[in-house]
Amino acid sequence: MSNETRIASGDSSLEPELDEIVVQRTTGLPSLRLRELVAFHELLYFLVWRDVKVRYKQTALGVAWAILQPLLTVVVFTVFFNRVANVSSGQIAYPVFALSGLVPWLFFANGLALASGSLVASANLVTKVYFPRLVIPIASTLSGLPDFAVAFALLLVVMAGYGIVPVAAIVAAPLALALALGCALGTSLWLSALNVEFRDVRYVIPVLAQLWLLATPVGYSASGVRGMWRAVLALNPMTGALELFRWSVIGADFPSAVTLVVSSSSALAVLVSGAYYFRSTERRFADVI
Amino acid sequence: MSAPPVISCEGLSKEYCLGVRIRGRTLRDALAAVPDRFRHGNQSVDRRRETLWALRDITFEVGRGEVVGIIGRNGAGKSTLLKIIARLTEPTVGRARIRGRLGTLLEVGTGFHGELTGRENIFLNGAILGMRRKEIRERFDEIVAFAEVERFLDTPVKRYSSGMTVRLAFAVAAHLEPEILLVDEVLAVGDVAFQRKCIGKMTDVAQDGRTILFVSHNMGVIQALCGRGIVLESGSVTQDAPIRDAVAHYLKGVEGAAADDLKTRVDRRGWNEVMLASVAVSSPDAAASLATGRPARFTFRLDRTQGFEEASISCRFAIANALGQPIASFSSDVRGARDAQAIDREAVFVCDVEALPLVQGRYRLDVEVHGRSYLQDAIEGAVFFDVEQGVYDGRPVVATASGGDVVIPHRWLD
Repeated sequence: MSNETRIASGDSSLEPELDEIVVQRTTGLPSLRLRELVAFHELLYFLVWRDVKVRYKQTALGVAWAILQPLLTVVVFTVFFNRVANVSSGQIAYPVFALSGLVPWLFFANGLALASGSLVASANLVTKVYFPRLVIPIASTLSGLPDFAVAFALLLVVMAGYGIVPVAAIVAAPLALALALGCALGTSLWLSALNVEFRDVRYVIPVLAQLWLLATPVGYSASGVRGMWRAVLALNPMTGALELFRWSVIGADFPSAVTLVVSSSSALAVLVSGAYYFRSTERRFADVI
Repeated sequence: MSAPPVISCEGLSKEYCLGVRIRGRTLRDALAAVPDRFRHGNQSVDRRRETLWALRDITFEVGRGEVVGIIGRNGAGKSTLLKIIARLTEPTVGRARIRGRLGTLLEVGTGFHGELTGRENIFLNGAILGMRRKEIRERFDEIVAFAEVERFLDTPVKRYSSGMTVRLAFAVAAHLEPEILLVDEVLAVGDVAFQRKCIGKMTDVAQDGRTILFVSHNMGVIQALCGRGIVLESGSVTQDAPIRDAVAHYLKGVEGAAADDLKTRVDRRGWNEVMLASVAVSSPDAAASLATGRPARFTFRLDRTQGFEEASISCRFAIANALGQPIASFSSDVRGARDAQAIDREAVFVCDVEALPLVQGRYRLDVEVHGRSYLQDAIEGAVFFDVEQGVYDGRPVVATASGGDVVIPHRWLD
């Protein structure tokens, strides 16, 4: 109780936690220590800010990549899926359809790529300073948000070009983003923690991202998938995220209840299991990294 | 002491699985271990694994305002102890209670990012060290003034000179005001001046009872800074006493170890593909003893050199005084015109000093062997030797209490 009041009163302590810290072996299921995570929100903020800033400073084209990446991909998708393979997107122009899938997808895939190596990249911090380690992959995942915002703006511009005006449902877009974020974060927690012990993870990620892309209706429409497979596809939380996003932004059909329930549940499952796995391996990070 | 201790360790023990400590274990190893697990069950696999108790049953308390030196030879568990107190790793058994904000003095530039400007790095580094944004903002001007980088605040740190980077890192670290400060020389490698300045600044502000835990090999620094010393030997506390007694106890232990056969010593670092077999300090003219101004020969024998290109092995050593303060260092890597250019095929390094410029007293050698661009072996206090009073450059040299350890050739003019 006294602990909470300390935090609330903005006590200028360096480690805004308990007055007494007990360091001992933790056994069994670890606590997520979410309150501690909240207390370290400033560090989280600075790490996100650093990642974003450094990324734009180090690349020649900087923020332009946030536009070029989805734009070039959508061109490729349009040529191969739409023109060559004749994939149909119903009444919505295919480029708009594909781009509206790519915007949340790239946020997810980039988040995965950034966050999975984040712990190892911060090895010098992990072995020297204490802070809740969850901060690191969370910061990496969140650092994709500015890119997402830019890509989202691009989508709106392209939509305008095709004469599509966003519908009122756009207010629900943050929900779709939250679902994609939860999915990205959960996967990143698993992968970043695994990567500390098994550096193989780095090679798994490109393969995983590619397979995952095929199992997600980015370039094709989930409505073409029938029966049982629809539910299987929904197990992929990104399916729900994409359908929800498309419904809210470009006015596609509202996703089925099954898709929504299954996708949200599996996103939650990945997130919670990832967080617990991360916390249970965290105690070994400084020793094995 | 009436106030409750700020650090109390209760039966701290830490076991390391040697198999797990290897960097970047691969999935293949883990998969390869799976059949074993099925065959033998978890128990027997674990028993087969080599483990090491880095710490065993450590119990002590540190009161508010105490400055405590943690002393011990390589591998005694000093860094592990500090890591547990810093919450970087968990003890296997026992627990540590810490009451108060904890800060660690880090290697220069930990958490700095070259692409970011000085201003940005101050905030980033402050946040990493545990400062709040408000605190950093309050102390920002002070930090900048201290680091003397006003003109370069908006320049990326990668364009800073190394001196500027050090000053900036120092300024941030010095303005962090923890109640408990952990200083590990091994963590804050290299820059002794930096550490001293930091610690000096921190002890300045520390009149309000800052607690410091200090790990160093330099007994001179330890004695100057600490009031109390805790000596660790192979993971256990063997002495917890006022600093003079603790240092004396430690030095006796180091000398005792020097009497052992070098090959049996375990307080060594490095990859140990090649190891020191013996180290000797002798006088090249037979029967004469070591004395100021007389020649001395340092001989280092390695156990083997197979598989090494001779040229890739080098020997570095330092002469340190009895307190462990380094006086001079030598490296076989850096050769001058008067050195033998041909490389000895035997696994022996011999180094001659024509006139020993050391005053009467007791000295020791800290020796490192490098090979294949790794540190192969390092032993502190590999050998101790006594230097007798003598004549240097035609002048009798007398040791004085405050006169230092080294003689410099000189000439008085009228």
